[in-house]
Amino acid sequence: MHSTAATRTCELRDLGRIDYGRALELQHALVEKRKQGLVPDQFLIVEHPHVITIGRNGKPDHLLASEDVLRRAGISFFPTDRGGDITYHGPGQLVGYPILDLREWKRDVVAYVRSIEQALIDTLADFGIAAGRETGMTGVWVEGRKIAAIGVHISRWITSHGFALNVTTDLRYFQYIVPCGLAKPVTSIAAELGAEPKRAELIASLARHFAEQFGFEISVAEEAL
Amino acid sequence: MMDVVMPQMGESIVEGTLTKWLKKAGDRVERDEPLFEISTDKVDTEIPSPAAGTLSAVLVEEGKTVAINTVVARIDEAGTGAAAAPAPAAAPEPVAQAAPAPPPPPEPEAEAVEVPQEETAGPLSPLVRRMARENNIDLKQVRGSGAGGRITKQDLEAHLAKRAAPAPAAPAPVAPAPVAAAPAPPPVMPPPPVAPPPSTPLPRAEAAKVRIEPMSVMRARIAEHMLASKRTSAHVTTMHKVDMTRVAKIRARNKAEVQTRYGFSLTYLPFITRATCEALRAFPLANASVEGTNIIHHNEINIGIAVALDAGLIVPVIRNADQKNVLGLQYAIVDLATRARSRQLKPDEVQGGTFSITNFGSFGSLFGTPIINQPQVAILGVGAVEKTPVVTDDDAIAIRSIALIGLTFDHRLIDGAYADQFMNKLKAALENWSEEVL
Repeated sequence: MHSTAATRTCELRDLGRIDYGRALELQHALVEKRKQGLVPDQFLIVEHPHVITIGRNGKPDHLLASEDVLRRAGISFFPTDRGGDITYHGPGQLVGYPILDLREWKRDVVAYVRSIEQALIDTLADFGIAAGRETGMTGVWVEGRKIAAIGVHISRWITSHGFALNVTTDLRYFQYIVPCGLAKPVTSIAAELGAEPKRAELIASLARHFAEQFGFEISVAEEAL
Repeated sequence: MMDVVMPQMGESIVEGTLTKWLKKAGDRVERDEPLFEISTDKVDTEIPSPAAGTLSAVLVEEGKTVAINTVVARIDEAGTGAAAAPAPAAAPEPVAQAAPAPPPPPEPEAEAVEVPQEETAGPLSPLVRRMARENNIDLKQVRGSGAGGRITKQDLEAHLAKRAAPAPAAPAPVAPAPVAAAPAPPPVMPPPPVAPPPSTPLPRAEAAKVRIEPMSVMRARIAEHMLASKRTSAHVTTMHKVDMTRVAKIRARNKAEVQTRYGFSLTYLPFITRATCEALRAFPLANASVEGTNIIHHNEINIGIAVALDAGLIVPVIRNADQKNVLGLQYAIVDLATRARSRQLKPDEVQGGTFSITNFGSFGSLFGTPIINQPQVAILGVGAVEKTPVVTDDDAIAIRSIALIGLTFDHRLIDGAYADQFMNKLKAALENWSEEVL
């Protein structure tokens, strides 16, 4: 277990539904502030309108529809600087953007990704879903179906981007892409349970398991950014 | 000219994929300006430039995966000349320190006074000094990348990697090749790094399909310990044939009863451990350690028992093993092995050993030459007990239970005659076993 002398804190903000581009700007600003030590670790929770994003190393042919088709379906398209391939975000998805200084935890990018996975696995377990890992395929899986995707960017050990957990996501939107370059089925909490979890409970559980993984205390910040 | 290396982005990470150059060869770069991006397992990381200057050579193209500490580019620190130490201490951390191994802590002032400096910039950490000594590195030939030009562990690793495998077709290295200041030990092994060796890996077998898996933390630590031991000790093994017939009979007589009463099986190992304690009491040098030119005598006999795990090995320790009888030893062995396999050992149960026993006989091996578990100076290797035809003193042929038992010892401290006397004591204890088990 990781131990720290002084208790580190992480501010959690539930920003509700915001544009992908807006979330990107917020992240960049927070990364800069975090680099300068002006703010503690941050954890943004958001939901995006329909958007397909592709990582630096993503293959454009994993986008199965033309941008024109996407536009008509009301889906925007964003190339980004995160790791990972292509993914979809939309309503009913819980998207988390931790802005952490890994120098205060472990200088280990793989350990970071494994810890995010573990926090999500533990959260899903709270809701009765037995999720796990699939070797070589980062993300969280339920019996071969992907329930959460992960893509991270790190600059000077400050993290940005993060994960997207399908809660009540309309899974049909994934038909426009090969998610993360893998021809594997996707799923959601609602699809697995046949019921919707309460968003507040989900966030509370997630916050608790994040705190366990990263050894910090999470405080819910109300003030605007 | 400064080398830019593939940084290590985590403990288990041995290589990285260079995904994007953010600068072209010939571009001017500032110190700490993002220079390239690497990718590891869905994480993209921007790597800042370790120095200001001109990006003079890009040695690894986009999309290539290379081992950590591989030189990926060179930066010509324009105008400053190669002799100038990197920017002064105020500058933010250079790329080399982005590796997870924490940079050497700042030394207390007193230490810098106490140790004469060999014309190197800045004080040296104890780690760096030890690495330099162990690897015969002339520190004057190493360029420091730490604050104020201080030499860091990474600098030594890079230096050793360069020494072990000269960069192929690279421009002439800045540092002159290590002159024969001190006779270098024949094949130079990389230093004991926290992680697997940083040297340029050998080319992979032509056209062979590969699967790349980073070593687990345990694997990497075993690798490190084994090499460190080989570098430290002068290993010699002596093998003795031990007649285990008496012990076999006592074991056979008590096995069922021990199983019923205590719920565990009675093996040969506690007998051998007890005999080892007797030999250690008679020949205590085998229970000692070496520190520099001092001999550390241990007043306790704490015996490590090697336990094979699914993917690795661990050596839990029976403390004060000489104060236990056969049953007590058997109980301790079963308990430690069980908890080792379920990963429930406490840290202090794998520390403090003064001698080790490895029982490869349980896997059918007849004899082996194990590696000493540092900082110990000897390890007992136990081969399989097998029924063997033996010519007796009165020239008859008899069937006896025979085991080959070997002592691998550190010839720095123990000479062959002493080792064989130790083994004769152990052999006598086993062959003339008289103690009852229950």
